Amino acid sequence: MTAYILRTIGQGALVLLAVAFIAFSMFRFVGDPVANMMGQEATLADRAELSSRLGLDQPFPVQFLRFVRDAATGDFGISYRQGRPVATLIAERLPATVELAVLSALFASVAGVALGVYAAIRRRGIVAQGVMMLSLVGVSLPTFLIGIGLIYVFAVELRWLPSFGRGETVRLGWWSTGLLTASGLKSLVLPVLTLGFFQLTLIMRLTRAEMLEVMRSDFVRFARARGIPERTIELRHALRNTMIPVVTVAGLQLGSVVAFAIVTETVFQWPGLGALFVNAVQFADVPVMAAYLVFVGLVFVLVSLAVDLAYLAFDPRLRGTLAAR
Amino acid sequence: MSAAPLRPPGRLARAWDSDIGYAFRRSPVAMLSTLVVLLAVGASVLAPWLAPQDPFDPTQLDLMDGMTPPLGTNEITGRTFWLGTDPQGRDLVSAILFGSRISLLVGFASVILSMAIGISAGLVAGYLGGRTDALVMRIADVQLSFPAILVALLVFGIFRGVVPPARQEEATLSVLILAIGLSNWAQYARTVRATTLVEKGKVYVEAARLIGLRPLAIMVKHVLPNVTGPVLVIATINLALAIIEEATLSFLGVGMPPTQPSLGTLIRVGQGYLFSGELWILAFPALALIVLSLAINLLGDWLRDALDPKLR
Repeated sequence: MTAYILRTIGQGALVLLAVAFIAFSMFRFVGDPVANMMGQEATLADRAELSSRLGLDQPFPVQFLRFVRDAATGDFGISYRQGRPVATLIAERLPATVELAVLSALFASVAGVALGVYAAIRRRGIVAQGVMMLSLVGVSLPTFLIGIGLIYVFAVELRWLPSFGRGETVRLGWWSTGLLTASGLKSLVLPVLTLGFFQLTLIMRLTRAEMLEVMRSDFVRFARARGIPERTIELRHALRNTMIPVVTVAGLQLGSVVAFAIVTETVFQWPGLGALFVNAVQFADVPVMAAYLVFVGLVFVLVSLAVDLAYLAFDPRLRGTLAAR
Repeated sequence: MSAAPLRPPGRLARAWDSDIGYAFRRSPVAMLSTLVVLLAVGASVLAPWLAPQDPFDPTQLDLMDGMTPPLGTNEITGRTFWLGTDPQGRDLVSAILFGSRISLLVGFASVILSMAIGISAGLVAGYLGGRTDALVMRIADVQLSFPAILVALLVFGIFRGVVPPARQEEATLSVLILAIGLSNWAQYARTVRATTLVEKGKVYVEAARLIGLRPLAIMVKHVLPNVTGPVLVIATINLALAIIEEATLSFLGVGMPPTQPSLGTLIRVGQGYLFSGELWILAFPALALIVLSLAINLLGDWLRDALDPKLR
């Protein structure tokens, strides 16, 4: 099993290296860093001096190795547009995005699995059918329209919740959290709903489909024959067996959470990484774009590692197989 | 009665009588969504003749008309606008017609681009096999695990860095098509590859190879026709996705500029007036986008079911 985990980590490192290569290529081919860092009146000698100080006169592989080394220590250089270290910019904005993404993933998986199980058990009920209809509409609505709709109802008409920003935040060391103040919590509601909605519909539909499938299988029939109460069969026997595909898809969908976070953060003017990235794209701020790309790659690798470990938790049979390999 | 010489039924009649045609006639959803899509395409092609004004031409806009509510008469100029106007006095009917024109143009063009890339990659990978196959499919996997919008944003960011600022506005449309087209090809490649793998082992392909046809000819003339169905289904659903992707990019401010608005840009502009109560500036473009994408989605869903032999 240790070998399995080590191999997964090795593959992840390869993926990260590939992502780093793409990020680095952007530096090489998009814009001229020297021109970006110096003013118009810089002399040719100044330029050459800066160029060699940045190591730009060295061959491509050497530069790439330096990029990887710096990136591994969190050094992505200085933002062309804001003139501050990219690492600082990211550290400032990381808490906002992490709180938003984690809360919405939590909301989507808890509510999604619950609704999915309910829709599978009460398949013909009116509530279940209504929920399914709603999810169909949810899948074809663009995220930003869901956000705007929520803002209109809860912020403009009802005036219950704020429509932008994080509210008051509390600093815990370098981390700033919105979870400890009332206004911070209120500000989280609409973005979390917006970001979680797409995932929620997906997880719910998947749970329902898997659950229906498992409830038809033999071991569920035998469990019924043994006289185990229906509720126990549904929640212990069947649900556990639906979790593997659900965890796989939900984990892979975390990529879309990153993407939809970009949109959600823009709609709610949320001071997170996605908004930072969109700004960087608008102004071709290569260091920020590159750092964001590597960050997303890192998230992907960590999530797929977590998904692999979750398999082991949900399916005891795998532990034996993997240990044998 | 003398037997009149029976004319063989024309193409249209044959399509009408085919299985698909029959399924189509039986499905109100399919007919309704086709109607909506056809109307939208027709209206946006004919936009320059249908629209009361050209929203891209500043000389036709009158600031005095600004902020007229839907169906209301402007107090100063006395003109009436069905769906109202925005602060610049832009008639929303015209803006939506021209906006859908851009959205549909980007949608269709990027789908054609993804299709071209995906089909060629899939055919080559499936037919040649071996290392080529592994390489192409690995790239497709990476592509699929990255969200399309992220890929499109990256392409756009690179464009911003490479193209001089003065030329960016005119190039935006082609870059959008390129960005969206490049972010959606992997699905076609997978489907086409799978079919190619199956077809390549069949006798007729072997026969074609025996009579000395070149691989390219076999791929295009013999293998390709087998994938039309699934590719068509992907393309339809892809079209809805591409339209939404374009709207999202424009909404994020990295798509069409406000001087040449697509539906997404109109929604972005309209969001600014949400709080002051001018809801219509946002609501009508949003409604147009939802109806358009929903109709295409439903059409795609129906097409998938109709082409699936298991469901017949």
